[in-house]
Amino acid sequence: MAIIELQGLAKSYRVYQKQEGLLASFRGLLRRQYQEIHAVRCVDLTVQQGEFVAFLGPNGAGKTTTLKLLSGVISPSGGGARVMGHVPWRRENSYRRRFALVMGQKNQLWWDLPAQESFRLHQQIYRIAPESFQRTLDELTDLLNVGSLVRQPVRELSLGERMKMELIAAMLHSPDVLFLDEPTIGLDVVAQHKIQQFLKFYQQQRKITILLTSHYMKDVAALCQRVVIIAEGHIQYDGSLVGIIDRFSGEKVVTLQFAEDQAIDSLDQYGTVLDAQPPKVRLRIGRSEVPKVLAAILNRFTIDDIAVEDPPLEDVIAKAFLQVDDPAGLESHPDRLA
Amino acid sequence: MYETARCWWTILRIGLEERLVYRGDFALGTLMRFLPIVTQVFLWWAIFDTIQQVPGARSVSGGGGGGGAGGAGGATIAGYTLSNMIAYYLLSMVSRAFSSMPGLASGGALQIRNGEIKKFLVQPVDLMSFMLANRVAHKLAYYSVAILPFALVFFFCRGYFVDGWPAPSVLAAYAASLLMGFLLGFFLELSIGLIGFWFLEVSSLLFLYMLLTFFLSGHMFPLDMLPQPWRYLVDLLPLKYLAYFPAAVFLEKVTGPDLVRGLWIEAAWIAFFVVFARIMYDRGVRRYSGFGG
Repeated sequence: MAIIELQGLAKSYRVYQKQEGLLASFRGLLRRQYQEIHAVRCVDLTVQQGEFVAFLGPNGAGKTTTLKLLSGVISPSGGGARVMGHVPWRRENSYRRRFALVMGQKNQLWWDLPAQESFRLHQQIYRIAPESFQRTLDELTDLLNVGSLVRQPVRELSLGERMKMELIAAMLHSPDVLFLDEPTIGLDVVAQHKIQQFLKFYQQQRKITILLTSHYMKDVAALCQRVVIIAEGHIQYDGSLVGIIDRFSGEKVVTLQFAEDQAIDSLDQYGTVLDAQPPKVRLRIGRSEVPKVLAAILNRFTIDDIAVEDPPLEDVIAKAFLQVDDPAGLESHPDRLA
Repeated sequence: MYETARCWWTILRIGLEERLVYRGDFALGTLMRFLPIVTQVFLWWAIFDTIQQVPGARSVSGGGGGGGAGGAGGATIAGYTLSNMIAYYLLSMVSRAFSSMPGLASGGALQIRNGEIKKFLVQPVDLMSFMLANRVAHKLAYYSVAILPFALVFFFCRGYFVDGWPAPSVLAAYAASLLMGFLLGFFLELSIGLIGFWFLEVSSLLFLYMLLTFFLSGHMFPLDMLPQPWRYLVDLLPLKYLAYFPAAVFLEKVTGPDLVRGLWIEAAWIAFFVVFARIMYDRGVRRYSGFGG
């Protein structure tokens, strides 16, 4: 069942263009030049119930704007959207009780009070029955291991602890749809991992629908079955994570562990040498060339160990972002375009 | 209905708790507001004393006002004796304690500018109701600390209230004018804050509002001192309900049909600013760009 449907969704802003200097500031008092910024242009997207979708794209691509539109914070300049049958920007309470928005860079809890107080307020705002509230709160604090911190003022929590509290606040009313805007930004590896585990477990348990934007590919790899790449306001790719690697990376990274006491030279002829620290060497080789090149290397050298891997996801995504700026690159794969 | 009341109570309770977190700053800030009262009392004392000493200047006339009951030395300004003036001033401070809204407009505009308002847009809560409940909490926290110094000031200055306590019906009208002063002050300043959807920064506008309020609400001096056409002008504006009107009700300068009409006009102004703020909010949200990531 389609939970989120976007048809030709568009959002433009008029942004003041200030010239440099004091004189221009005074001139700006009388007359201003504006530029029309098309943050989202004609986005079509359908998300089924229970999907965990990653929204990827370079900064300013339109990811957060799309989430703001879907959560009703802003109104579109064109097109339409329905989330669980509701038009988000009408901000009906019946809709707002069924979704949550978590922004990694925005604090939604009361800064000077313990998180417990914000949770209590959420209970009233979202009309959560007392027994259901306590049960969900216990479950969430237990899962995120923050039971002892709910009575501590929010300002005294670490960034990771605060984000866990934000997630709890967002989940208390058991939303059917969750919008996560960079929930792990600025967190250390351990905190990132814990939040990923929590989101994965929770999503699988409750079968909720989640749209996630993140610049951490580990979040995406750990959580999302489906990836949507958005750039310059358009959807440029919509498919699986594996599909991105197939689509945007025609290469493999081969790590070779050479046996001791042999000359390792002329490796350039087999591929691009990424890293050479004999006896270990990493090469980038065209995907279709791998069997042939490996056969040639094994024929010439004595090899102790071989590993053939996809390039790091970050590299592939970076390449994908660069390629979507290049229409020619896309035209060669029209079937992949959304 | 019950659930809405519970929600309001929780917002109120949490708002109150938040106000009491920084207790040192809160207590000091509240008490410091009494300093201007003392200086103003001394200022009026000095003014009346000077008039008293100038031969042939025992009465300075303004635009209106009736004769006072005679204060220090019997000098009057526009019909006000020193006692009348200080009694008026203390009552206008009580009015201001209800109608002034520190940080409401500037805080609202800041929330729009830095994007904090987003959390109210995604939650099933009405921002204006939320802010009202929160402001009631601010006021209750303030009164809980200010009531003692206020009582002390009034006790020491009880001699200036030459007519004693007014009748219960006047006290009821006074209470109504104070509560309506709170609502009018809230929705008026909220409207200024909501201009932030268009201007982003409202501090200059707020400064202008403060300035006008200072002179035209009766905060600085009783409005019935003003000559025409200024007197006519302030009667047309809603500002007089923020300070002058409640004090005038207590001092029984407005009575009978005038009092009833005044209360109705005040209620009408509140209704106007409720509707105005609601329209501003709805339009503002529609043009809102969701600043700040």
